[in-house]
Amino acid sequence: MPLLEVTDLRTSFHTRTGVTRAVDGVSFSLERGETLGIVGESGSGKSVTCYSILGLIPQPPGRIEGGSAVFAGTDLLRCRPEEARALRGKRIAMIFQDPMTSLNPYLRIGDQLIEPLLIHERLPREEARRRGLAMLEAVGINDAARRLDLYPHEFSGGMRQRVMIAMALITKPELLIADEPTTALDVTVQAQILELIRRMQRELGMAVIFITHDLGVVSGLCDRVQVMYAGRIVETADTRTLFHAPRHPYTRALQRSIPALQAKGATLYTIPGLPPDLSRPVPGCAFAPRCEHATDACRAERPALQALAPGHLHACPRAHASEL
Amino acid sequence: MSAPILELRDVKTHFPLQRGLIFRRDAGTVKAVDGVSLTIQRGEVLGLVGESGCGKSTLARTILQLLPTTAGTVFLGGRNLTAAGAEEVRAARRELQMIFQDPYASLNPRMTVFDTLAEPLRVHGVCPAEEIPARVHRLMERVGLAPRFLRKYPHEFSGGQRQRIAIARALALEPRIVVADEPVSALDVSIQAQILNLLASLCREMDLTLIFIAHDLSVVKHISDRVAVMYLGRIVELGTATEVIERPQHPYTKALVSAIPVPDPDVERTRQRLVLPGDPPSPINPPSGCAFHPRCAHAVERCREAVPPLVPAGPAREAACIRLGEL
Repeated sequence: MPLLEVTDLRTSFHTRTGVTRAVDGVSFSLERGETLGIVGESGSGKSVTCYSILGLIPQPPGRIEGGSAVFAGTDLLRCRPEEARALRGKRIAMIFQDPMTSLNPYLRIGDQLIEPLLIHERLPREEARRRGLAMLEAVGINDAARRLDLYPHEFSGGMRQRVMIAMALITKPELLIADEPTTALDVTVQAQILELIRRMQRELGMAVIFITHDLGVVSGLCDRVQVMYAGRIVETADTRTLFHAPRHPYTRALQRSIPALQAKGATLYTIPGLPPDLSRPVPGCAFAPRCEHATDACRAERPALQALAPGHLHACPRAHASEL
Repeated sequence: MSAPILELRDVKTHFPLQRGLIFRRDAGTVKAVDGVSLTIQRGEVLGLVGESGCGKSTLARTILQLLPTTAGTVFLGGRNLTAAGAEEVRAARRELQMIFQDPYASLNPRMTVFDTLAEPLRVHGVCPAEEIPARVHRLMERVGLAPRFLRKYPHEFSGGQRQRIAIARALALEPRIVVADEPVSALDVSIQAQILNLLASLCREMDLTLIFIAHDLSVVKHISDRVAVMYLGRIVELGTATEVIERPQHPYTKALVSAIPVPDPDVERTRQRLVLPGDPPSPINPPSGCAFHPRCAHAVERCREAVPPLVPAGPAREAACIRLGEL
């Protein structure tokens, strides 16, 4: 049985200007210990997918329209709030993009770090503090005993992200959801944090969902990648296949846009047009208006994810019919 | 070679630090830029890279004289900007414009696109008032925005479109030099490529000189002719973009290049990564000698003693490391 099984998740936002279908029928599963990369541009629904699973969507304006997200036998979308709370922060943890705004500036690092232990494991303060200290050392913070009593503003960006990771991992979760945790950091610090996530994953054997827009980060970290566009999954495959034999035109276009892979001085490849406005119904394939291979059939009917090989699914009927 | 369009000679920008609310006392100096010499030729694209806090943005603002220079001189086409009066600096800004990182913060939310683009034309009185609309139209077309957007406000645009507006504003005065401070860092990959293409074509067609600041080395390599790598207020390596990024010589550049994730899982899983330990040191209290020595795998006793100067390290190539020959 997979650790997490998401089926037909649909999340929309109801605003005065209309209904935005941010996540529109997303299904995937995650095995224990697996690392799944979710790649997509801003607005593709990659973060909203994970926020929905964790119950972090503000309702209203957000609304989970349907689907299920079963984590180790519990449907996170339908269970009682206290059941979800018992899982969140203990067996499922999350780290966010901006470590400055996700730490409480008024609380000492130590107090924030051990909060999950006090709440979920009801440990005595002394014991929790000992575990907090060990965790801070494990994520590579020197002089951890003194730093437990510092405030977030006294840490650099990279150190704050380490604190966030320590806080997320302190209860030894089975699933870690990382939402662009290195986007705000320098490349050198990004390399440190990615190395840390790899090491902690090995040590704890946890599964990781890594949300990013950077295909480079995904290539060294993830076992499997799923590409999202306009609230839907357009392709999913193991990382090697996705990089070496992508089938969906959007995945290919995304890969072609990476500057590192293009000849210096040449005009960079760009995807024509803009992502669709999700507050209007998108009848066919959401990528069709920007796709050089689109036919009338693509614009008329919404393509389903189909398996090309075990584990390699994509939603392009033309690629399936070997027309591309 | 013709005279350089921009020349920096041993430029230093320091910020005094003060402690205490009532009894102010000096608590040291932040040496954000600490001795940078650089010449830039007309039409050249110079990439400036380094980690946060290395002084690259301060250097940009110093070039534009948005910050007072502590020491050294900035020459724009032979004119000494550091010694110039306020009026002369203002006139020089017609030739020297800037594009900022965050297109959400750098545009006035209460001004329409038209007002934003017309303001520099009015302030500098470059053309009669009746010609302004036509010039604004041309600017919009030049950066790939439809003129029907002229009456819209910044919040009605996406990040990429806002960056186009910011670029149009920088070009309004037909400057000779544009300094772009992380202009694509806040944008999605596919939008990044559009903005990079736009900047590259503007440089070619308008004979612009561009100083392109970024922390993403693959982007810098793509657009730049030459690259300067900064660490703690100094340039540690300088050379053609391809040379510096494909064959880095300074240990810091090597680490920086190694930190870029490679978008190929086979390469990424087998390659040797040089993960730099720790954070960049504080510019308030920089390490003695070579500022990089506490994080450098090759540091020896001599590295702590004196600041290494930039020395020739091959054709059109300079690096500031005393162990270049040995590594």
